Amino acid sequence: MDSGRRDALKAGGSVSLLTLLAAAGWLKPGEAGAQGAWNKAAFEAKSIPDAYKAFGGAPAQAKEIAFVATPDIAENGAVVPIGVTSSLPKTEQIAILVEKNPNVLAASFDIPAGTEATVTTRVKMGQSSNVYALVKADGKYYVAQKEVKVTLGGCGG
Amino acid sequence: MADPMRIRAAVDAGGVTEVKVLMSHEMETGQRRDAAGALVPAWFIQNVTATHAGKTVLSAQWGPAIAKNPFLSFRFKGAQKGDKVQVTWVDNRGDKRTDEATIA
Amino acid sequence: MRIRAWYAGAIALAAGMVAATAAVGQDAASTAQEIEKYRQALQDGNPAELWEARGEGLWKKPAGPKNASLEKCDLGLGPGVVKGAYAQLPRYFADVDRVMDLETRLAHCRVTLHGLTPAQATARPFGSPDNRSDNDALVAWVTSESKGATMNVPSAHAKEKEAFALGEKIFYFRGGPYDFSCATCHAADNTRIRLQDLPNLTKQAGAQLAYTTWPAYRVSQGELRTFQWRLNDCFRQQRFPELGFASDASIALTAFLARNANGAEFKAPTIKR
Repeated sequence: MDSGRRDALKAGGSVSLLTLLAAAGWLKPGEAGAQGAWNKAAFEAKSIPDAYKAFGGAPAQAKEIAFVATPDIAENGAVVPIGVTSSLPKTEQIAILVEKNPNVLAASFDIPAGTEATVTTRVKMGQSSNVYALVKADGKYYVAQKEVKVTLGGCGG
Repeated sequence: MADPMRIRAAVDAGGVTEVKVLMSHEMETGQRRDAAGALVPAWFIQNVTATHAGKTVLSAQWGPAIAKNPFLSFRFKGAQKGDKVQVTWVDNRGDKRTDEATIA
Repeated sequence: MRIRAWYAGAIALAAGMVAATAAVGQDAASTAQEIEKYRQALQDGNPAELWEARGEGLWKKPAGPKNASLEKCDLGLGPGVVKGAYAQLPRYFADVDRVMDLETRLAHCRVTLHGLTPAQATARPFGSPDNRSDNDALVAWVTSESKGATMNVPSAHAKEKEAFALGEKIFYFRGGPYDFSCATCHAADNTRIRLQDLPNLTKQAGAQLAYTTWPAYRVSQGELRTFQWRLNDCFRQQRFPELGFASDASIALTAFLARNANGAEFKAPTIKR
């Protein structure tokens, strides 16, 4: 990650100060406004509990969080479709975490008012693992998880 | 310069606009070694922002575990057919790309 | 172990095979069903579109020593007609008095219209992340313009018949250190390599399924792969000598396999594991 920071610093010109500060981990999400925030501590977390800590709290299990269009078995770990939808009132953030990846946090989405609490993307998985959907709603964290089996690792072939 | 994104956006009868985005990016993890055994530096999109009429309708922070040539889809209210949706990504090298699509 | 598997391709592959074994140990039918769900989930949002867009740009943009676009390229249905053209290739072209497949014809147009040398026009048949192939992009775009068209590869001309017959011969030709032919893997029902079903190319359904689903975005490689690439990789797996890009053998084999798919709807570019 250090080399990434150097790259960002070298790039200069087109990068805003906020992006730089965020990339360097000096800003927490929210502090930099919609664009440019990057939660370095969360993205560097090596375990699910560490990631929870970086987000600021242990979540409660919630059945209002569902995985959609997320297969039980992925034919190839290089591309695993993950969809998360939350029916928790005032859902403001959805994060996707893969327990057995080297860094567990894959993505975090801020959901402004007017945007539905549902996102779909695709992640890499090095091996079969639990996938966690962490949701912040009305200031509190909630979570649901699902196991996804991978028949071919995301970095093999 | 990075290739353009492919953005598709369509509003349904209930006034919900579904946006689907494909981005052209390596999303290099920083954990892979090249043929010579050297680590290939991480290179990935860190921030994605989608806006409609000047208002942010989605913002995302990504790590290198997002799959190569990323796909993203989401839904928001308040847009009309013919409106524009803009999507911007910024990667950890500071490369940036903005594209827009007209809502069908 | 976890970290190393992520690092090293070979180890990750081994781990993947273990995982595959575990998965197969379950009810095989439900595994197949879940894999099918996985494939379905990928259909919506195929990164092949990124190649199609780039290919369309390459087709329309003036380039080469002659600074001309490819928009006057005749793919068999008249100069500039792209819609449906791929579903009727390979075919006989009177202007060169030979049968050409899409790649050969594109190379021909890049020579005649762009003004490239034949060597330049065929220099980079397949792309990799740090060295992209214009051929991949052009093929992605041209084939996408046949999506939904019915495969209708012509066979009226004597040279078309000749190419088909030669392709058939190559398909059954055994050789190499493994004494393999294409038919070794592709002439029986219900065969597979690991979880990948192998189509029986000697039957209409198998031939149609195979040919009409290439090119494909291969998620395992993060690249768009053309039918040409598929043939080349089959040759590699057979331990055959390399199939020359845009060679007569390549055109003939393509002609054989394409015509066997006649009557089916062309569906590519697709997305595959």
